[in-house]
Amino acid sequence: MNDSAKVINNQPQAVSRPLIAMLVLVGGLVVLVVSFAVSISVGADMIPLSTVWGAVFHFHAQETQDQVIHYLRLPRAVAGVFVGAALAVAGALMQGMTRNPLADPGLLGINGGSEFMLALSFALFPKLSFAYLLLLSFAGAGIGAVLVYGLGALSRGGLTAVRLTLAGAAISALLVALSQGIALYGGLSQDLTYWLAGGMSGTNWVQVEWLIPCVIVGLIGAMVVSKSVTVLSLGEEVATALGQRTNMVKLVCTCLVLILAGASVTIAGPIGFVGLVVPHIARYFVGVDYRLIIPCAAVLGSLLIVLSDIGARMIHPPYEVPLGAVIALVGVPFFLYLARRDRRGL
Amino acid sequence: MQMSTADGMTHKRVTRAITVMLVVSVLIMIVFIISMDTGPIRMAPGEVIRTVFGEGTAKDQLTLFDFRLPRIVITILIGAGLAVSGCILQAVTHNPLSDPGILGINSGAGLVVILYTLFFPNVQSTFALPFLAFFGALLTAMLIYALAAKRREGLSPTRVVLVGIAIAAAINAAMMVLEMLLDPQNFQFVATWLAGSIVGTDWTYVLALLPWIIGLLAFTLYKSRVLNVLSLGDQLATSLGAPVEREKRLLLGVAVALAGASVAVGGAISFVGLVGPHLARRLVGTKYEFLVPASALTGALLVILADMLAKWVLQPTEIPTGIVVAVIGAPYFLYLLVRWK
Repeated sequence: MNDSAKVINNQPQAVSRPLIAMLVLVGGLVVLVVSFAVSISVGADMIPLSTVWGAVFHFHAQETQDQVIHYLRLPRAVAGVFVGAALAVAGALMQGMTRNPLADPGLLGINGGSEFMLALSFALFPKLSFAYLLLLSFAGAGIGAVLVYGLGALSRGGLTAVRLTLAGAAISALLVALSQGIALYGGLSQDLTYWLAGGMSGTNWVQVEWLIPCVIVGLIGAMVVSKSVTVLSLGEEVATALGQRTNMVKLVCTCLVLILAGASVTIAGPIGFVGLVVPHIARYFVGVDYRLIIPCAAVLGSLLIVLSDIGARMIHPPYEVPLGAVIALVGVPFFLYLARRDRRGL
Repeated sequence: MQMSTADGMTHKRVTRAITVMLVVSVLIMIVFIISMDTGPIRMAPGEVIRTVFGEGTAKDQLTLFDFRLPRIVITILIGAGLAVSGCILQAVTHNPLSDPGILGINSGAGLVVILYTLFFPNVQSTFALPFLAFFGALLTAMLIYALAAKRREGLSPTRVVLVGIAIAAAINAAMMVLEMLLDPQNFQFVATWLAGSIVGTDWTYVLALLPWIIGLLAFTLYKSRVLNVLSLGDQLATSLGAPVEREKRLLLGVAVALAGASVAVGGAISFVGLVGPHLARRLVGTKYEFLVPASALTGALLVILADMLAKWVLQPTEIPTGIVVAVIGAPYFLYLLVRWK
């Protein structure tokens, strides 16, 4: 509350740190470029960086290593960058909008909705092509979010953080139960579990071509609304008093979260913790201004996914550990540290 | 400690609470009787009643007394146990979202079950299962407590929930890795257990579960005054002279024991701990003297109803009860949420 008060008194310097934000952004991007290169070079077949350079910029279709890089490693690394940024920014938007430090895309019923549609399509149309699967899963994410948001908005007393959280928990539980039922009834639960474990291993260019425009639109939108999110994060009453149309902002934010999280969930599965933890790290560095939080969260989110994806391949080669598990390995201790800290600024 | 200045109000509330509990008990009885008649072997209602009074054929007696009755009794116990566990957790953490599933206690139980299935794939594990699940739940709760408690301040409600969610995520990640290592047959068993299938269906389980649930329920009821005070908030509770930390620790232990025992026999059924207490609170108000027994009854009604539907909807296949619980519980919970001011 202390921090918010400072911002209201037009003294945001005390709690927003543009200089540190620049450092995080530049430093983060440098590390990201390095990890991106490393991520292409490591795997079951270790490829030296010079070959990577050659394969990316002078692609020879007849070289095996060039093919591995072009068709497997490169799309995977690119997807990691965009998925990470999307999940982290989606989490940041949700946390700012709901003023709930625990908010993450899973909350809005997005993961549950995707899972449900996926279970349904596995059961009814087992031979569906990937593009349709993506579309359906995307539609499921939308249905989940619309249900949660709609129920929150329909309630007497409007769309409060608690109500949104409760609605999200209930709808997610319902959708997950239904998918479990369908999966068990159709004997598909192991397929579904593979998808739920999350991972980049199967990513190809078709998926990446879907992902990139969605994430770019979402990130630009997030930057556009970032100032309003900062105001909203001070509390609904403050925001209203400052003349903000809070419901409009929330609606726009929800749409952005849906685009960002929906796109990444359809590709990488419901990866937890990125949307939850990364915004906290970003806030820890740059303060409470979402104009700084959002770009920093995007870079840090990409970095987390790219590094974890390297880890997923390196921990137990030649097998891959599920990406979701690797991220939990990093995310849980950090989250516990946050939970034990006394003040959690939002 | 009670504000019973308005005697008329208190009297009215007691009457209402008793009426509600009687009505819910009657509903449980009705579902009980219908449930006795639900299953692969069909029996006319008359036959059921005749068999209950000892007049039926040997086959009918076997079906009713050895297969259906223990399962129904178990269902009631599980429902009561999970709902009261949620009721305690909500009071202690001051969080309407607390339930054993959300805090990761169910996941902890699940992890131990998966580990067991992985390392002893050929051992028929039905007997060991309850103990293992209970052990897992207990370990998880102790871990949450150790990580959430601070020396000076003790347990803060937000910290318990935050830590619980983190632990749940960690355990779920570990389970995901392990699930992939299971062969398809064992995977199917674990998946069914995690979806909330009633595992124990004979009298041994009833005997194993009954003392736990009855004892812990009685103890919770005995502590209902403390719950009243705790639910007011820590500062107020301390200023009212309650030894807050000790009571919290004790009651959390009770909640875990209730959840662990129920999950062990019932599979990972979620949502009862959330819906049961909310429904009860709506019916009888916030005094824990009424809320604890009312939660037990609404929880029992929810699970017994769900279990009946689970056996009945897709005959002869059975749906895991946990799924039916969620399908009934979630819309009701959402209805409450929309109406709630």
